[in-house]
Parts: sequence; structure tokens; C-alpha cells
Amino acid sequence: MLKSLTAIAIAAALVAGPALAADQAVKVGMITTLSGGGSGLGIDVRDGFLLAIKGNDKIEMVIEDDQRKPDVAVQIADKMIQSDKVDVLTGIIWSNLAMAVVPAVVNQGKFYLSPNAGPSALAGKGCHKNYFNVAWQNDNLHEAAGAYANGAGFKNSFILAPNYPAGKDALTGYKRFFKGEPAGEVYTKLGQTDYAAEIAQIRASGADSVFFFLPGGMGISFMKQWAQAGIDLPVVGPAFSFDQGILQAVGDAALGVKNTSQWSKDLDNAANVKFVADFQAEFGRLPSLYASQGYDTANLLISAMAKADVSDADAFRAALEAADFASTRGDFAFAKNHHPIQDIYVREVVKEGDVLTNKIVSLALEDHSDAYVADCSM
Amino acid sequence: MIKEFWLNAACVALLLAVVLAGAIFDEPYYITLATKVTILAMAGVGLNLALGYGGLISFGHAAFFGIGGYAAGILASHALNYEPLATWPIEIGGTTQMLVIWPVAAIVSAVFAAVIGAFSLRTSGVYFIMITLAFAQMIYYFAISWPSYGGEDGLSVYLRSEFPGLNTMNGASFFAICFVWLMAVVWGSSRMVNAGFGLALQATKQNAERVEAVGIAPFRIRLTAFIISGAITGVAGALYVDLNRFVSPSMLSWHTSGEIMVFVILGGVARLFGPLVGAALFIVLEQSLGGITENWQFWLGAILIVVVLFGRGGAIGLLAKEVRHD
Amino acid sequence: MRPLAGPLFYFLPMSASLFIEQILNGLQFGVMLFLMSAGLTLVFGVMGLINLAHGSLYMIGAFAAAAVAGWTGSYWLGLMASLAAAAMVGALVEVTVIRRLYRRDHLDQVLATFALILLFSEGTRWLFGPFPLYLDVPDALSGTVSLPFGIAYSKYRLAIIAAGLLIAVGLFLLIAKTRLGVRIRAGESDREMIAALGVDISKLYTIVFALGAALAGLAGAMVGTIQSVEVGMGEPVLILAFVVTVIGGIGSIKGAFLGALLVGVTDTLGRFLLPVILKSVFEPSLATSVGSALASMLIYLLMAVVLIWRPSGLAGKAA
Repeated sequence: MLKSLTAIAIAAALVAGPALAADQAVKVGMITTLSGGGSGLGIDVRDGFLLAIKGNDKIEMVIEDDQRKPDVAVQIADKMIQSDKVDVLTGIIWSNLAMAVVPAVVNQGKFYLSPNAGPSALAGKGCHKNYFNVAWQNDNLHEAAGAYANGAGFKNSFILAPNYPAGKDALTGYKRFFKGEPAGEVYTKLGQTDYAAEIAQIRASGADSVFFFLPGGMGISFMKQWAQAGIDLPVVGPAFSFDQGILQAVGDAALGVKNTSQWSKDLDNAANVKFVADFQAEFGRLPSLYASQGYDTANLLISAMAKADVSDADAFRAALEAADFASTRGDFAFAKNHHPIQDIYVREVVKEGDVLTNKIVSLALEDHSDAYVADCSM
Repeated sequence: MIKEFWLNAACVALLLAVVLAGAIFDEPYYITLATKVTILAMAGVGLNLALGYGGLISFGHAAFFGIGGYAAGILASHALNYEPLATWPIEIGGTTQMLVIWPVAAIVSAVFAAVIGAFSLRTSGVYFIMITLAFAQMIYYFAISWPSYGGEDGLSVYLRSEFPGLNTMNGASFFAICFVWLMAVVWGSSRMVNAGFGLALQATKQNAERVEAVGIAPFRIRLTAFIISGAITGVAGALYVDLNRFVSPSMLSWHTSGEIMVFVILGGVARLFGPLVGAALFIVLEQSLGGITENWQFWLGAILIVVVLFGRGGAIGLLAKEVRHD
Repeated sequence: MRPLAGPLFYFLPMSASLFIEQILNGLQFGVMLFLMSAGLTLVFGVMGLINLAHGSLYMIGAFAAAAVAGWTGSYWLGLMASLAAAAMVGALVEVTVIRRLYRRDHLDQVLATFALILLFSEGTRWLFGPFPLYLDVPDALSGTVSLPFGIAYSKYRLAIIAAGLLIAVGLFLLIAKTRLGVRIRAGESDREMIAALGVDISKLYTIVFALGAALAGLAGAMVGTIQSVEVGMGEPVLILAFVVTVIGGIGSIKGAFLGALLVGVTDTLGRFLLPVILKSVFEPSLATSVGSALASMLIYLLMAVVLIWRPSGLAGKAA
């Protein structure tokens, strides 16, 4: 409670503080989910971002809550561009909100730095010179899971995801790299919380492994019920269901599960060591994947500001493209569609004392880009 | 009634003043907010017709709001991508002309309202509330899982549709269109409510048997009201999509149904300008509380409860100091 | 999956166990829905109140259980806490807000209880933070048991079925045999009459509301154990509980029981069978996505059909 109050106080101070008249000052509009379901992700992205710009008086922040509603996000974006006159926008967590906001924003000449969502439509034909994704293309972590499955010798995985576009991308991504034949493929209802029927199907399917993409509460429910079902099959999924924010809620049911991620708190590079220590000191909790993405997004912005004025859009864009910053995930570069080229790791859920967390066990994909880069005519 | 008239006039004046201030001080966001209020109020006017005057408590008006929205979004996206909407038996293309989109949105919503109404009106009371909710949920889940038009990601249309002689991307012009629509439907419902049809509708709310005794079939009256109500809300949905240049299943969710209902009740049920007052109050509360605290929904809930418990007859009733006994 | 493609008869004997397991799953889901709907239908039957905030009581139960189980380390204390917390919050809300709504029309009730949802959801997030809480199955009920036909079924889910059926029987007895039950039934049929008989009607209402709240809280705790304890968890369940209540006939405990089992089994079997059946008609990926889409609409379809067939529900009195 106290900690979240500190976070709010910092945010408020940053929002309220007058912009010092530096020649390169940049006004950043952050649209993210701060209330209702899924607000944990938005809060992490915000806190990671604010941590990186702490003490930087050249960045002025405007932070607004999108309530996870696309129409609200669009209206906030309009307000930030028209009234607050921001130069750069960022913060959106969900693909459907990104699809609603990003095209309009970049077409008005503003920069958008995505700290989380990477829908395929914005990576391929719909790529844009002012849109930069600092997290991943949506398929990336699922592709890595498919690659891991091959290495682990899985021949017929049972795969499941919610019945919405990101869920379909997930299964497509997994199958793109997975060389075996899926033993079954199930789309569940979005927001479904009981997976007894699906687990029974998995048991009957004769699969040798399970891949699932069920973000947020859906993943918690699935893992808890899976643990109770007493089926002894290896499970693999993207990091979203094994993230620091929700891992404690899953409990020991998650122990030993492999998940794929471009970041982990034990990645051994100077930027990450400093990030993990600073984040804990500032907020009193372990950082999550989302916090690292918010932190990297801010550092990318700072690196570009050091090289160019935001008013000179071409120079600023070139500075962003260079991605000349120390990422918490080590090597980081942009492909020509402005999506990351990065390593994706396999992590395992472990217990450190009483706290569940992840440790890296292997590299799944090295310098991985995405499947849509060829469609981008930039 | 004189007092309520002045209250309504003040409300409309205030709305226009906000837009004027937005134009003068170069704060386009004020205009966006005023436009949002206007459109949501129009959706509320549609619901008010069924709910306020007909006593048909529909908890599924998001269905019509979303269907109108999707009609607009689908037509515009086909036009922008140069893909024909249908190739057989004749080729039909999409369009970005509001003058075509509006009738289509109205007709499609009306057709859905006719089907949903024909089934739902066989029930009454709480059953009616819940069956309208069920139909809306069906459409919501369909929209989420149907991949052709983006599923849960929704559909972006990038540009507002066109209206001859106006630049609709200009906030004030688009507000003017929405404002004229709102005034038109308010005027239309006031005419309707006081005409024979409206009187019969209100009579079915009071006493259906008596209406039947005079030889009017309550079912047909109610169904007609429900269809008109759905069509109005559908056009509001089409306008809302143009405001955001985006349509998604969240327009169809039960939260949207609840919010449209809140506008109507907050402003005052069966009052012509009730939805406008309700929508304006709701948006103002949302905006001002959201600026103060992250937990604004908590305080919004608290304020709404106080309004229901102590402000009978909604905001207009509270201000006009007259409680309706019906 | 492949052996399942084709006519339904191919299930047997190959997937007889799978089929039975799915029926059990549907039953367990139905029993949970019953605990939720019982309170809803009681409150409507006795007080004539639509309570949209019923899902919030479910959430409060789950949070109370998770918090207390976390502090004390005892699951059973957590379960007790869920009952107590939900009943207390229920009674409190009844006294401060709800009782002022009985004489109002449904509209005011909908608005006020809609507002209560906002209040409770955001209040809970304020207290417990934005991240989901941890609540796990107690050791005694962890793992699976072997049933006939080679089914290995989760002990916890079996326990839920048993507990739910027990509570259902208890509720029937309470209403049929006890003095409170007599008053509740009297309240349903004639409110003026019962006041005239000298029963303290406002106390009765508070008790009924708290009872419904406690059942919802218990359901929240029991389900929260195998799902995710998070803000907003009550909303999808609320909608389902309304569907159940309406299918069963508002005000009828028996109807709620029938409706809950019907919805539970329909939903579970629909999710499982529809994609399989459609695979004999469409190509697999289309069948999966069309089947899933249909499955998520299925119970609303069921509700529409029931209401068109019987406008006041399965066990409802004619309106």
C-alpha cells in the first residue's frame, strides 16, 4: 500500500513538476492501464519507465489511465496530441488498444514507442516509420516456445489459447517453429476461468507436451487446475503466465515450468543488474518483464534525445533506429520494421527462499526478428 | 414543466459553451468530450424511448450501439481498402459517405431490434432485462471470435466518413453533425411521445390490459417502440465509431449497456433531456475524478449511490424539485 | 483428438471415460453456479431486488479466504473467513444501501447495484493491490482419486460437488422445515401479511441478504482456490448466475438448482463437443474457431430458447 503510494507520489511529482527550459525537452504521453483488471501490467510498465527517467528534467510526463477500453485510449491519445501537445506516446499494454491508437498517432507525425503490444498488423504491411516496438512482435515468444519444443524432443504438443486474434497469433507462432504435429488444438473462451474440460481433453489426446498461451488470470487458473489434475506432461508457454506479478498467485503449481522470454531478472549484464537493484530499492518488489520493457523504452528515448532534437523528426527517428542504449536484455537492435532483433531465452520457474521467480536455462532463439519483416516496405 | 424547460435550455447552452471555449482557447479535447457526451446522450435518447416511455428495461442496448458501429466500420473499411462488400448477385462496394452509412446503420440495428424484440417482448419484468442481456452477450461473443473484422482487436478506419460540404476531421464540424442529430432525435421523440403512438406506448407501461381492451395490441406498440429505439441507438453507434475512427467488441459489452442505462437514469427517466444531462454528468465525473485519484471508480460508485438514494427522478428531478409519481 | 472425429458413436468405448469426466466437470461447474444463483434468486424472490453486486460478494469471499489463509496458513480458516466476511459485508450493505431500494423500481436497483460493483472492485484493489492473490488447495484434497472406467479425477473438484450438493440439501431443509424458512416463504408470497403477523420484516430481509451473500462468498472462496483470486473475478460469474436464475425461474431455489446444472453441463459439453462435431463438416481450423465461437454463445442461446418456450423460466410461476 505504502509502496504504491510512493509510486503515485513520484508519478504525480513528475507530472506536476514544471518542465525546465532545456533545449531538448520532450513531452511524453503515457496511455496505460492503471485501473480495473490487468492494471498490474500497466503499473509495472509505468514504474519501470519512471525509474529510468528519475532525475531527468528534460522529460515531461503526462500519464493517463485507459481503463483497458479502446475508445477511452483513442480519446486520451487525441487529448494528449491536441491539448497536451506531446511529442512521443507510449504505454499501451493490449494489442487491441494499440490497433486503435497507434495508426492514428503515427499518421499525425508523432512517435509511438510500444512497451508491450506488438500486433502482426503493425509489423508487416502496416509498419510505419514513426512506430517503434521496444518489446517484441506478438508471435516472438510463442515461436521461441516452438523452437524449444523441438530441442526438448516434443513430437505432438497439445496447444491451446483464447479465441481472439492474439490467441490465434500465439498458436500460429508456435506451429511456425514446432516441427511435430499438434495432438490437439483448442481455442477457449476469452476470460474463461475453468479449464476442466480442456484438461480432460489433453489427458485423452495422448499428447507428449502442452503449450498454452493464457495471459493474466486465465493462466493462473489453468496452472492451478493443471497441477490438481495429476497429469505428468511437460508444460511450456510464453512468459506472460509466469511473470513476477502473477507467479506468487499461481504458487508451487508453476515450479519447474519452462517459459520463454526475452528478459529475465538473472540476465547478467550491467544494465540489468542495476535495473533489478534500483527497481527493488524504489518499489520494494521484484521487477517484472513488463517493468523491464518500460525501463528499456525510457532508455531508448533518452538515448535518442542525446543525439537529436525531437523537433527534427528525421534526425530523431535515425537516433531511435540506432537503438544506442544499454538494454536490460543485453544486445538489442531494430529490424527494418522497427521491431526488435533480440535473443529469446527459456526460463524455468524456481523458488528463491519463499519467492517464486524465474532463472534462465537456455537460449531458444538467437538474434531473432519476426515473420512479418519482409512485408514491411520501409 | 416550465422549470424543466429552462433547465434543459441551460444544459444545451452549457454544452455549446464548452465547444465554443474549446474552439476559442484551442483546446480540441473539450470539443472531443462534448461530442462524446452528445453521441452517448443520443444513444440514451434511443434507450429512453423503450425504457422511459415504454417501461421496457433493456439491458442489451449495447447490441444496437455496437451493430450500428460495426455497420459504419465495415462499410468504411471496405471503401478504404477498395474491397467490394458483396460480389453476388450484384457488386456492392463499401462507402465513406455518412449519408449512406446512417440509413444502413439504422436499418441493420432496426432489423436486429425487430428480431430481438420479437422474442424478448414475450417476457416481462426481470426476464425481459435478462433476455435482452443474453442477446447482447451472444452478439458480443460472436464479434470477439469472428476473425474477418478484427475480432477482439477491432477495426480501425483511420479517417472519419465524409459529409458533403463539411470537413468532418475538424472537431467542431463533426460536433455540429452530432449535435444536430441529438436535437433531431430529441425533437422526434418529443413529437412521438405526445402523439397517439406515444400515448398508447405510455399507456401500455401503466396498464397493458386496459390498452388491449381499447383494441390496441400492446405487443405491436412495444415492438415498434423497441425497433425505433434500437435504430436511434444504432445511428449513435455509427457516429461513435466516426468519433474514434475505430470500432471494437467493447462497444457491445454489457458494461456499455449498463453505462447507457446509467446515463438515462442519472439524468432522469422519461425526461427528454435526461440522457444528455446524465451523459454529461457521467463524463464530467469520470474526467474530474480521474484527474484526482487512481481509485476514481470507487468515488464514482459512491457518488452514483448517493444520487440514486437521495436524488429520485435523476438529476433533472433533483434540480427541478419535482418528483414524478408513476 | 483424431479418434474423436466422425460420428458421436465413435466415442464409445474409446472415450467413454472422457465423456463421463466431462459430465462430472459440468456437474461441478453447475454446483458452483447454484451457490451463486441461490442467493440471487432468494433475494429476488423475497425482496424483489435485482442485485448486480452479487458478484462482488463472490469476490469478497475469495479475497477474504486468500488473505486469511495467507496469514494463518490454514485453508479451512480461510474458508470460514470467506463466509463471515461475505455475510458481514452483505449485512452492512443491506442496512446502509439495499434496504432503501426495495420500494424502488428495478431501474434504481440496477443503477445502485451497478455503482456498488464499481465501489467494491476498486475498493478491493485499493486494499489488496493490483496483483492476483495466492490461494491453494489444502493438502488433504490435493491430487486425484481413481474412479471406475479408469478416470482419475481431481479430489478437490469432487469435494466441491459434494459440498455443493450438501449445501443444496441444507438450503431445501432450511426453507421447508425451519421457522426462518416459513417466514421466507411467507415473504415471497405476501409481504403485507407477514408484517401483520408481527415478524420483524427488516430483520428478516437483512438475514436473507446476508445468507445469500455468505453463499456467494463461499462459492468465491471455493472457486478462487482453483482459479485466480483477482479484482473483477465476480463479473463473468454474475452474468452466468443471472442466466441460471432466469432459466430456472426467478425466486425458485429448485429452479436455480435445475438451471445451474443445465447451464453447467451445457457449457462444458458444448466447449468439448462442438468443435469435434463440426470437424466432420468443416476443415479442422475452421471447425475449431467456429466451434469455439458457437460454444461461447451456447448458454445465451439456451437461455433465449428456454424463455421463448417458457417465458417465466423452468420452475417459475406465470408472470
